[in-house]
Amino acid sequence: MMPHWLDNFLFTYQSLVYSLGVNALLALAMYVVLAVGQLALGQAAFMGVGAYASALLTVKLGAPFPIALLASMAAPALLAFVIGAPTLRLSGVYLAIATIGLGEVLRILYLNWDFAGGALGLNGIPEKAGFVWIFGTLIVALVAFVFVSRSRIGRAMEAIRADEAAAGVMGVNLPAYKLAALVASAAIAGLAGAFNAHVSSFIGPNDYGFDQAVTILSFALLGGVGSPFGPVLGALVLTALPEVLRPLHDYRLVIDGLIIVCVVIFLPTGILPWRIGRIGARK
Amino acid sequence: MSATLLSVEDLTVRFGGLTALSGVTFCVAKGAVHGLIGPNGAGKTTAFNLISGMTAQTSGSVTLEGAKLDGLPTWKRTARGMARTFQNIRMFREMTALENVMAGAHLRTPESFGSILFRLGSFRAAERSAVANAMDILDFVGLSEQAERRGGDLAYGDQRRLEIARALASDPKLLMLDEPAAGMNPSEKIGLIDLIARLRARGLTLLLVEHDMHFVMKLCDRITVLNFGAKIAEGAPAEVRANPTVIEAYLGAKVARSLETRA
Ligand SMILES: Nc1ncnc2c1ncn2[C@@H]1O[C@H](COP(=O)(O)OP(=O)(O)OP(=O)(O)O)[C@@H](O)[C@H]1O
Ligand SMILES: [Mg+2]
Repeated sequence: MMPHWLDNFLFTYQSLVYSLGVNALLALAMYVVLAVGQLALGQAAFMGVGAYASALLTVKLGAPFPIALLASMAAPALLAFVIGAPTLRLSGVYLAIATIGLGEVLRILYLNWDFAGGALGLNGIPEKAGFVWIFGTLIVALVAFVFVSRSRIGRAMEAIRADEAAAGVMGVNLPAYKLAALVASAAIAGLAGAFNAHVSSFIGPNDYGFDQAVTILSFALLGGVGSPFGPVLGALVLTALPEVLRPLHDYRLVIDGLIIVCVVIFLPTGILPWRIGRIGARK
Repeated sequence: MSATLLSVEDLTVRFGGLTALSGVTFCVAKGAVHGLIGPNGAGKTTAFNLISGMTAQTSGSVTLEGAKLDGLPTWKRTARGMARTFQNIRMFREMTALENVMAGAHLRTPESFGSILFRLGSFRAAERSAVANAMDILDFVGLSEQAERRGGDLAYGDQRRLEIARALASDPKLLMLDEPAAGMNPSEKIGLIDLIARLRARGLTLLLVEHDMHFVMKLCDRITVLNFGAKIAEGAPAEVRANPTVIEAYLGAKVARSLETRA
C-alpha cells in the first residue's frame, strides 16, 4: 500500500513521525480553546485521561481498539464538561492556573491508583495505533476545523476572542461556546493521548504534568492562532527541532527556549500569522 | 399615544459608593426616535449597559414589549429584539467589514453543526443568503465598497457606521446608539442624520445618546434628560430646550438660544 521509500523512512524515524502527528493533534486541542480567547491549559491533563482510559481498556480488559479510542475521547470530554461550569467563569491567568492544577491532581491520582500501575505506570500497551490512524485523524480534524472556522460558528468564535462582551451583545451564547470549546479540546487531546499510548507501549503518571502543558501551549505560541494551521505548524517545528539540533547536544533545550522567546517578542502573531477567512460560501 | 416598546422603571445601579443611576423611569414608544441626553458622567452609557444586560442593575426593571428582561444575559436580550452600538467603538478589528456584519447576524443564520461539518447544501445556502443580507445592510449604511477591508482599518466615521450595520444585522426592534456622531466631521454627520431618518422610515425604534444638540433636536420625537444619574426632565425637543433646569444643568443659555434660532 505504501511506497517503498516511505516505508523505509517511517521505519527509521518511526517514533519521531508518530510524535509529529500526536503533537499536531495536541496543537489543535490547544487552538480550539485559544480560538475563543480562553487560556485553558488542561490539554496535557486531558491527554493523560485519554491515554489511561484507552490503555486500561486494551491492556486490562482486552477491548477492541476503536472502543478504546471512543473512550479516550468520551472520558476527558465528560471531565471537561464537569469542570467547565466552574472554571470557565475564571479568565486569563486564573483559568490557566486552575487548569494546570487539574493536571497535578490527576498525577497524584494515577500515582496512588494500583489498578493503573501506580508509580510504575502501564506497560505492554499493544501497538495498535500507527501512521494511518494518527495522520488520518489529523487530516480529518484539520478539515473539520477549516469547515467550522468558515461558518457562523467560526465567526462567533473569533468575535468572542476579539471582544467577548460585544460578542454577547451580537447574540452569541458565551458560556455555551466556551464550554463546547473546552469539551472539544478535551476530546481531541484525549484521542492524541490514546494514539500516543498505543505507539509507545508504556505510559506513566508523570507524562502529563506541567511540562507537557507548557509544551502544548508553546506549539500555539510559535505557530500563531490566526488559523488552525498555525498551531499545527508550531507543533511540527518544535517536534522536529530537537532532532535537527541533535548535534548541539546539551544546548538543544536552550535553543528551543530561545526560539520561543524570540517568536513571542518579535512575532507576536506567530510564524504563520495568516488569518483564516470566516465565510463558507459566497455567490 | 402609540404603544410602548421599551419601558425602564425605577432603574438604579450603584458601583461601590457611587450611584451611577438612581430611580430612572422612562418609556420609548414604538417607532419613535427617543433621545437620552445629559452632561458627561450623567449615566447615559450606564443606562445603555443596564438595558442591554452588560451590567446588572441594583434595582428596578427593564421591559421590552411587555416582557421583563431582568436577569437575562446580553445574548438573550438580543434574541428578544434589541441591538446597540458602543460609545468607544468595539469592532471585531481583525474581521472584515462583511464578516463583522455577518457576526452581528449570528442569531439569524440557521446553520446546524452537522450541516457545517459536512458542508451540506443547507449550510451553503444559509451562508450565501447571509452574505447577500450582510451586503444589503452594508449598502444601506453606505459601506459596500469597504466590505472586504479589515474592520479595524476603516476610517473612524466608517467604523461608527459599521457598528450600526452590525447591530442592524440582528434585525432588531430597538436600536440603541451611543454617541453615533462622536468624532464625525460635518458631512459625515449629515450622512448619519439621513441614515437615521431611513431607519425610522423602516419602522425601527431608536434610543439615541448624543452630545450634538442640533443633531438630537432635529431627530428626536422625545427626549429624556439625565443629570448625576437622575432624570431631570422629559418631553418633546421644544419643551426640553426651553426647560430652565435643563439649560442650567446641561445646555447653557447660549446653546439654548442657538437651538431656538435654528429651530
Ligand atoms: N463599571 C463601573 N464602575 C464604576 N463606576 C462606573 C462604572 N460605569 C460607569 N461608572 C461611573 O458612572 C458614572 C456615569 O458614567 P456613564 O459612562 O454612564 O456616563 P455618560 O452619561 O455616558 O457620560 P459621557 O457623556 O461622558 O459618555 C460616571 O461617574 C462613571 O465614572
Ligand atoms: Mg457615555
